[in-house]
Amino acid sequence: MKEKILEIISNYKKDKTRLMDILHDIQGVAGYVDEEAIELLHKELGISTSEVREVISFYHFYSSEPKGKVNIYLNDSITAVMHGREAVLEAFEKECDVKEGSVSEDGEFGLYHTSCIGMNDQEPAAIINGKMFTRLTPYRVKEIVKDLKNGKDIKELIYEGDGGGRNALPEIHSMVCNNIRRRGALLTHDYTPFDVTSNILGKSSPEDIISVVEESNIRGRGGAGFPTGMKWKFGRKAKGEHHVVICNADEGEPGTFKDRVLLTEFPELVFEGMVIAGYAVGADIGLLYLRYEYKYLLKYLNGVLEEMRSKNVLGNNINGIEGFNFDIRIQLGAGAYICGEESALIESLEGKRGEPRDKPPFPVEKGYMNYPTVVNNVETLASIPKILTKGADWFLGLGDKASSGTKVLSISGDCNYPGIYEVEWGTTIKDILDMSGAQNVQAIQVAGPSGALIGEKDFGRTISYSDLPTGGSMIVFNKQRDILRDVVMNFMNFFIEESCGSCSTCRNMTTVLKERFVKILDGKGVASDIDDLLNWSDVLKVSRCGLGQTAANPITTSVTNFRHLYENLIQKDVEFDSGFDLEESVKESCAAVGRQPILHNM
Amino acid sequence: MSKKVIATASLAGCFGCHMSILDIDERIIDLVELVEFNKSPVDDIKKFTKRVDVGIIEGGCCNSENVENLRYFRENCDILISLGECAIMGGLPALRNGIPIKECLEEAYLDGPTVGLNSEKIIPNDPELPMILDKVYPCHEVVKVDYYLPGCPPRADLIWDALVALLTGSEMDLPYEVIKFD
Amino acid sequence: MSNTIKFKIDGKEIVAELGQTIVEAAHANGVYIPTLCNFPGVPPKGGCRMCTIKINGRFMTSCTTPAADGMEIENNTDEINDLRKSIIELLFVSGNHFCPACEKSGNCELQALGYRYQMMVPKFPYSFPLKEVDASSPKIIKDQNRCVLCQRCMKTIKTEDGERYFAFSNRGDKLEVIMDPDLGEKMTDEIAQLAMDNCPVGSIIKKEVGFVEPIGTRKYDKEPIGTDIDV
Repeated sequence: MKEKILEIISNYKKDKTRLMDILHDIQGVAGYVDEEAIELLHKELGISTSEVREVISFYHFYSSEPKGKVNIYLNDSITAVMHGREAVLEAFEKECDVKEGSVSEDGEFGLYHTSCIGMNDQEPAAIINGKMFTRLTPYRVKEIVKDLKNGKDIKELIYEGDGGGRNALPEIHSMVCNNIRRRGALLTHDYTPFDVTSNILGKSSPEDIISVVEESNIRGRGGAGFPTGMKWKFGRKAKGEHHVVICNADEGEPGTFKDRVLLTEFPELVFEGMVIAGYAVGADIGLLYLRYEYKYLLKYLNGVLEEMRSKNVLGNNINGIEGFNFDIRIQLGAGAYICGEESALIESLEGKRGEPRDKPPFPVEKGYMNYPTVVNNVETLASIPKILTKGADWFLGLGDKASSGTKVLSISGDCNYPGIYEVEWGTTIKDILDMSGAQNVQAIQVAGPSGALIGEKDFGRTISYSDLPTGGSMIVFNKQRDILRDVVMNFMNFFIEESCGSCSTCRNMTTVLKERFVKILDGKGVASDIDDLLNWSDVLKVSRCGLGQTAANPITTSVTNFRHLYENLIQKDVEFDSGFDLEESVKESCAAVGRQPILHNM
Repeated sequence: MSKKVIATASLAGCFGCHMSILDIDERIIDLVELVEFNKSPVDDIKKFTKRVDVGIIEGGCCNSENVENLRYFRENCDILISLGECAIMGGLPALRNGIPIKECLEEAYLDGPTVGLNSEKIIPNDPELPMILDKVYPCHEVVKVDYYLPGCPPRADLIWDALVALLTGSEMDLPYEVIKFD
Repeated sequence: MSNTIKFKIDGKEIVAELGQTIVEAAHANGVYIPTLCNFPGVPPKGGCRMCTIKINGRFMTSCTTPAADGMEIENNTDEINDLRKSIIELLFVSGNHFCPACEKSGNCELQALGYRYQMMVPKFPYSFPLKEVDASSPKIIKDQNRCVLCQRCMKTIKTEDGERYFAFSNRGDKLEVIMDPDLGEKMTDEIAQLAMDNCPVGSIIKKEVGFVEPIGTRKYDKEPIGTDIDV
């Protein structure tokens, strides 16, 4: 094993900025990163063993403890819970003889929970040894485990066949379905791969390209909505030995899965968008940060890049343009929602913990390895070739005044047809609910947990940068759902789990809020507790990054829009209740000494 | 003007805060002019005999009797003050928080280095003994507390200044040196 | 002269040099902005959020933001002071800060901030988390109960080869600063002293000494933190 690990380290030229890949490769051969491996990494990379552990312990999919031979990561997003996660979990626990969060005694199975894996339209879903299994039922769990025990290869375990579209390609061979329900400008098949590179780039200066993108008024599709043209302009202007273009394919916002579909069906569009961005910005380094959950697409995506190299759409003097050298490397993530934040993503790309950086400086000035770096969302980049082919005016003709173009939505939850819907900006929530076949709707979570939970009175509002901005996650809840106990609680647990912890506010306030929230759920709340939730949430606004700043949104937006649910739980005519319960608090000592308490009311 | 009524209690504390009350030295004569004591270890009155203006609590809640006593104070006092770190945040007794009760009892009565005299090796379990709580609670996490005077113990000057301000309704202007957590 | 910039904090004019952070410029001009994780000579990380200010209506950290000409900064306002007090309270309830039993009491920056912002009791419930004490090094004790995760030790205590003695472990509410076992074993007295001195709280304590300064003579016994800066 020692030789193998040394070989892996030397494959990456002992470069500590490639620690993510090194750890993935070590886990690939050894299952986990053991003491010996950590010691070798310390010696070969020149960082202390604690610095190695620091990175391992940050990411959900790395481990310094032994794991099972088969490792099952069962998604715990709210949609999975709504579609029978509990029964599926029970089935795994029973069939594999293992408790969630541990390895079975025989060392065969590891069973773990994991944050949203981008399969909200086909839950419950799990990642088993890197392979995606969707629409799980206890019956299918039984089948899968039986076959695994019989030594069947994980690749053979697809009973329902592939999920259609390019999921059927041998390089992917996955049961994941695309579920494209509505196509618009972006998802329509009217694109010839690499046409822009061969027909437009050579005839246009980088400045020309940037001005078309600026004119189109396209804004970042990840959620923050920064004007793309302006970002490119800043990136081009910034001075540096290299310039970098990064595609952010770390969609981790619970409920979003549109980048998965774009990467499956339209990778050429995404990669050509990167090439165009590279040309415009003057970049030579291209990086796509792919979330670990989508590892099943890695081989296929690398194949597309190979094809592009063979066609000289990547490489040196691309398409004969003298001096335009640009290539793309795919970096696999390792399970951390926070890495969707662009500066945390850059830290991760440099082989470190994915902790957001302080801004300024912004990545366009100092990003990857301190080079000027433009980070764009998958959907943003995929839109670029079409904008250049059809023109800025065409794009401006789509959408509303504040937001041009279309938005690819990921709709899931209580609707008849969960999946991908491409709509123009300015579409109302009511239309979105109607097109997905949602009935009896109590609430919809717009833009995922970090967005807003809204109710009926807001269904006339529109998705727009001037109204309800969204990265595309839409989760529908019908009137039977317990919004507080199930939905808000799930989202708060998500934020606690996924906080990087480096800000005092986000690390601590999320748990403080949850405890106060649980106090209300337990029937011990008083009116002032609701005010506490709102007032205390303000502290999170001074957090460094978007995760921290929005981590209280499940609570604040549900208090604002569903206040009656809280008020129903509050004790009437009780002004003060600390939540303390004397009977409860002596239970442990009664058990320890073996007698019943005599409690007095003096 | 009738004298204001004061009561005091020491829950899970070391009586250091009470000592600090006595530390106001000769001002204790002025205090007696200002107040009368009701239930308190100072005068050994066991039960409230009248409505109390200000109740002063030393110590947090480590057992059921502390809780019962604290609630008794809350019912009978108009104003309740947490005096000192133990009342405010559990203090040193709260160092045991997080350790299972069973382990605490075994260490204290069976396994620890100071159990030599407990030759029968038993954990005291008389029905009259109060039950230990799962952790030591600050007073305000059990009942509503109106004021907090920190310190271990709170400085006598802090106690004096705060009490005088509270009892006479005057402004409290506490100098920096008197508010300390140790 | 072109290197000189001017901006305002709470209406007061600050003259600074280009390249200075806001906190550096403010302190040089006699305006105190509270800090906890910030440490001179190492890159800031904006982790504790204590030095939060408002620039043109936006919250920023003054330890990480370069001063710029014409900035209008809010510092000593009710809104910001309330936020800072909340952060101090959060740090108190999220750890186990038993001041009466801590060697650093009186010289502790977290405690001193509690004094300065007149924290009589945190408004948040105490969590009493279960934390470890690592006494494996012959020179120091790393007490997780008191750690505020400021990263000062991580940034300032390194070997000659640049390896770090201290590192993060885990993330979120499970985040801890751990000591490298091998480096901790080989730690010198000088390094141990430096680590203890650089720690703002009592999380890194040198073994075999403690409580050497009598109450009344310690750093924050008589005057609030920041008194040396405030004009």
